[in-house]
Amino acid sequence: MRLRPGLVADYRSDVAIFRSNVQRFWFAVLLVAVVLLGLGGTLPLIPGLVDFSLTGDLLLIAVSAVFASIGAIGLNIVTGFAGQVSLGHAFFLGLGAFTGAVLGGSEVTRQVVDLSTGQFVEKTLVVGYQLDLSIWLPAAGLVAALAGLIVAPVAFRLRGLYLAFVTLGLVFIGDHLFREASILTGGVGVGRPTGVPSLFGFRFDQDGEFFGIFLEKEQKLFFLGLVLLIVLGFVAKNLARSRVGRALAAIRDRDIAAEMMGIPLARYKMIAFVVSSFYAGVAGALLYSAIGHLEPGTFNLLLSIEFIAMVLIGGVSTVSGSIMGAVFITFLPKMVKWLAGITVFGLDPFFFISDSPAGGFVNLPQMELILFGGLIVVFLILEPLGLYGIWIRIRNYWKAWPFSY
Amino acid sequence: MTQFLQALVNGVSLAGIYALVALGFVIIYKSTQVLNFAQPALLLLGGYWVVYVATILGWPFWIAILVGAGLAALTGVIVERTTLRPMVGKPVFAVAILTIGLNTVITVVALDLMGVEIRQMGDPWGLKFVKFAGLNIAHRQIAVIVTVVLLVGMLLAFFKYSRMGLAMRATAFDQEVALTQGVSVSTVFAMSWGIAAVLAMFGGVFLGSGVGFDRSAAVVALKALPVVVVGGLDSIAGAIVGALMVAIAETLAATYQPQYATFLGRGFSQLVPYLVMFLVLLFRPYGLFGTKEIERV
Repeated sequence: MRLRPGLVADYRSDVAIFRSNVQRFWFAVLLVAVVLLGLGGTLPLIPGLVDFSLTGDLLLIAVSAVFASIGAIGLNIVTGFAGQVSLGHAFFLGLGAFTGAVLGGSEVTRQVVDLSTGQFVEKTLVVGYQLDLSIWLPAAGLVAALAGLIVAPVAFRLRGLYLAFVTLGLVFIGDHLFREASILTGGVGVGRPTGVPSLFGFRFDQDGEFFGIFLEKEQKLFFLGLVLLIVLGFVAKNLARSRVGRALAAIRDRDIAAEMMGIPLARYKMIAFVVSSFYAGVAGALLYSAIGHLEPGTFNLLLSIEFIAMVLIGGVSTVSGSIMGAVFITFLPKMVKWLAGITVFGLDPFFFISDSPAGGFVNLPQMELILFGGLIVVFLILEPLGLYGIWIRIRNYWKAWPFSY
Repeated sequence: MTQFLQALVNGVSLAGIYALVALGFVIIYKSTQVLNFAQPALLLLGGYWVVYVATILGWPFWIAILVGAGLAALTGVIVERTTLRPMVGKPVFAVAILTIGLNTVITVVALDLMGVEIRQMGDPWGLKFVKFAGLNIAHRQIAVIVTVVLLVGMLLAFFKYSRMGLAMRATAFDQEVALTQGVSVSTVFAMSWGIAAVLAMFGGVFLGSGVGFDRSAAVVALKALPVVVVGGLDSIAGAIVGALMVAIAETLAATYQPQYATFLGRGFSQLVPYLVMFLVLLFRPYGLFGTKEIERV
């Protein structure tokens, strides 16, 4: 066994989260590296040449990446594990975000003149209850999960392609609801404050000491996200290797065959939708609480496509792939910016990307969109397993090095 | 009553635009089993070609239509050759998601070419309208209806009488059998993408005629997707019936909802296509005219 790490002799070790101690070791190394980065350490990628550290805006992007990873894992449960294409992820993210904001955010009031009395009165523009993180975060997940429960019956009545359309409709209906319910969402173009990340009085959104270590607010949020990501990641991983996960995989591979084998399709598709929506709700609430402001126009089809890109580029039906994809997609704008500014021997190879909204053929946000779409196309054609697949190929290459087989 | 009839007239002309986009969708789905989410983007790009030839180059509108149709067909064929061909035989979901990616890319490119201002099509109809029994019927509305009837007639004749049409029907029936009978399936694939792109272009032209063409066209084109679902993914008659249903429901909602149901909010009529889709799917999971999938395990 020790000499043949690829050999699996019994079922227990086949479904184990870590196949070997080597994997455990590298997971620990990765975790230490990420924690060090979060604490402001510098990681030598190529010693002496390229260093990497999370400073300035990179740290805030990393916070978003960690939160987005949770959402991507959620989408991967329904689209990757269960094989049900959902274009409606933005709707569940939005539900979570607004639930979190209503329960955890502050109220917005404005002085208006009461026409009948001529007095100034306080008028509530947006409601907010300023509850604790321990209440609004699970609530955000649960409300989204409830919506998933309502949508699920449609999903098991419809097969395959028709489902994609229904979830597409969901995004538009959600968009309309968010725009119209301005007492909860603040309305289009105005928005509202998000849930305050304060856990039993400990504020994640303010600089402060934590066990004697001074942390910036982004660092605190980063660690909050990291802890949640590890917990939720392991939950997803456990789900995938349990009875439920096997049932979902059977449904993905051939739903009729799965049904013949005695897997109740309705129940398992419902589980997939509910769990996925829960993850989306949590991710949505956290993503925007890091920024502090929330606007109902955000939750459109484009956001759904962004999450589909994360799942596809990262790797379908793998948890680690979802994280890779989310990190990649969240850092993409930064990378595009870097590409636009790059010069090789005095020439500008990416001259067609311009910094200003007007000049050049495409500007930065447009280039990002083109890359989202383009990468989806390229990965589907060339590497359907995504970044995870690339990683597996690199690993297998070095495993047998210097022999090719 | 006049109000109702006016809504009906607007609905029928809107249905023409939806039908054009939906038809292209159905043709692609029937012959290649690809769910083409990129149809809205093809509408934008097709519309831009006509705008480019008619107003930027300043050529006559009719020639612009012809050149635009050529360019649109070329776009469709290029898209099919470069991105869809490598995906033959892959799971339908993967291909559907790929077209979503394509839609994003093509939309951005088309919007960037178009810029932010509203572009005139250079069409002869403008905003002129005729009065008939108290109704205002715009010239462009008549043009839409006439064109759709003509195009559908031409398409049906093409499928029924031409050699290529027969090949397309054979491919839709069974790709492998068609292949063994000497049908060039790859030509059929290219052909159906070309036809779909040209139909989408006509949709773009009518969307932009008179009022002008701008980025909001993408939102309208997206509403043609529920139309396809209502009619059934693989039914040409379904695409037309679905378009009529959805468009008339939408214009009726646009007419009456602001008066009688303000609590539903502004712009509620934009949602109606999706609601109609939900309703139809609840009772008929394969749309009104769609073939029920029968699968062997």
